[in-house]
Amino acid sequence: MSYSLKENVMRPERFAAGHRMCAGCGSPIAVRTVLRQLEPGDHAVVCSATSCLEVSTFMYPYTAWKDSFIHNAFENAAATLSGVETAYKALKKQGRLDDTYKFIAFGGDGGTYDIGFQSLSGAMERGHDLVYVCYDNEAYMNTGIQRSSSTPHFADTTTTPAGSVIPGKLQQKKNLTRIMVAHGIPYVAQTTFIGNFKDIAEKAHRAIYTPGPAFLNVMAPCPRGWRYPSEKLMQITKAAVESCVWPLYEVVEGKYILSYEPKNKLPVEEYLKLQGRFAHMFKPGNEWMIDQVQQEVDRNWQELLASCGK
Amino acid sequence: MSHLAKDMTPDVTWRDITPGCAIYEGGTSEAVQTGDWRTMRPVIDWAKCKQCLLCVPVCPDISIPVSGEGKREDFNYFYCKGCGICADVCPFGAISMVPEEK
Repeated sequence: MSYSLKENVMRPERFAAGHRMCAGCGSPIAVRTVLRQLEPGDHAVVCSATSCLEVSTFMYPYTAWKDSFIHNAFENAAATLSGVETAYKALKKQGRLDDTYKFIAFGGDGGTYDIGFQSLSGAMERGHDLVYVCYDNEAYMNTGIQRSSSTPHFADTTTTPAGSVIPGKLQQKKNLTRIMVAHGIPYVAQTTFIGNFKDIAEKAHRAIYTPGPAFLNVMAPCPRGWRYPSEKLMQITKAAVESCVWPLYEVVEGKYILSYEPKNKLPVEEYLKLQGRFAHMFKPGNEWMIDQVQQEVDRNWQELLASCGK
Repeated sequence: MSHLAKDMTPDVTWRDITPGCAIYEGGTSEAVQTGDWRTMRPVIDWAKCKQCLLCVPVCPDISIPVSGEGKREDFNYFYCKGCGICADVCPFGAISMVPEEK
């Protein structure tokens, strides 16, 4: 069925208003979009790794989740959900459950790239029928913008403060999407919010309804941590995609498919200049930082094109 | 002892809360007003709105309701935190952000 924004936004919302995420946060946008792709009538069991999302959507006795939700620790969202999915399969086999349940884990980049990585890797290797969605805001925002392995090169965070001693984060961002591809699972995709949300909606639907493990990596900007005015969210995701900093692609049964190829690839400055965390890179004498980021982005983009057979 | 969120008032002590702080209903956060965080208020000019719906999915606070006919309705100011993403994505300039007044 072809995508229609109107049909899509008329689907029931499974994520409720009244949550305490910041104004302009990208993560509730990712969550509500992913959950809206569940077919009406299907139930979901959601589990979240410790994150802004977890603490802001589940303040007793208020929950923003309309489906079942399990609150657990930082490192084990994927492990918890593996157990629930296994129990569901057993109950279904015994004929004690008839309904269709889908299993979705949400984690921030800290809970996915770093602390929850072992349980995520284990769940994917064991082949559980679940979707792990990482909403990637590129640092530990919940505790005050500490760097994670997802934080991009040269970003200014509270644990990598840019100044005369260091130029921001010293390391490159870890390419988790490709690490998940290396698990040989049926479905991996990288996406963000673009235009009419076709890309993220279709990928989320495919991830949920692909039997076996699936992984979705969603760039979810954080106005506080990235230091930009909250209304600019969609300009930032667009610049990330058009500059190939965050390419949109999916990998189905090991086959790479490029979702979007910019006609005129923007220079990385167009993405970096929108955000305060990169402001020091535009000071005189720091041009080498931008050049280096451009080289890294170009290299990753060429690698991706090669993987997609381009 | 009731297990419903509406009965979990500040008078309920730790002895009476649900074991494991379980919540037995979904979407109870809808009782929480987040609109009072707002400093800027989105205002729609219906004459300019073409019902393209691009503003609907970008709202982090699910504050742009869509009717059964697939048309967007006015903002839900009980939840809208005033982030302004909707005004920024509107291709027709139909949404303006105005300072919130007491």
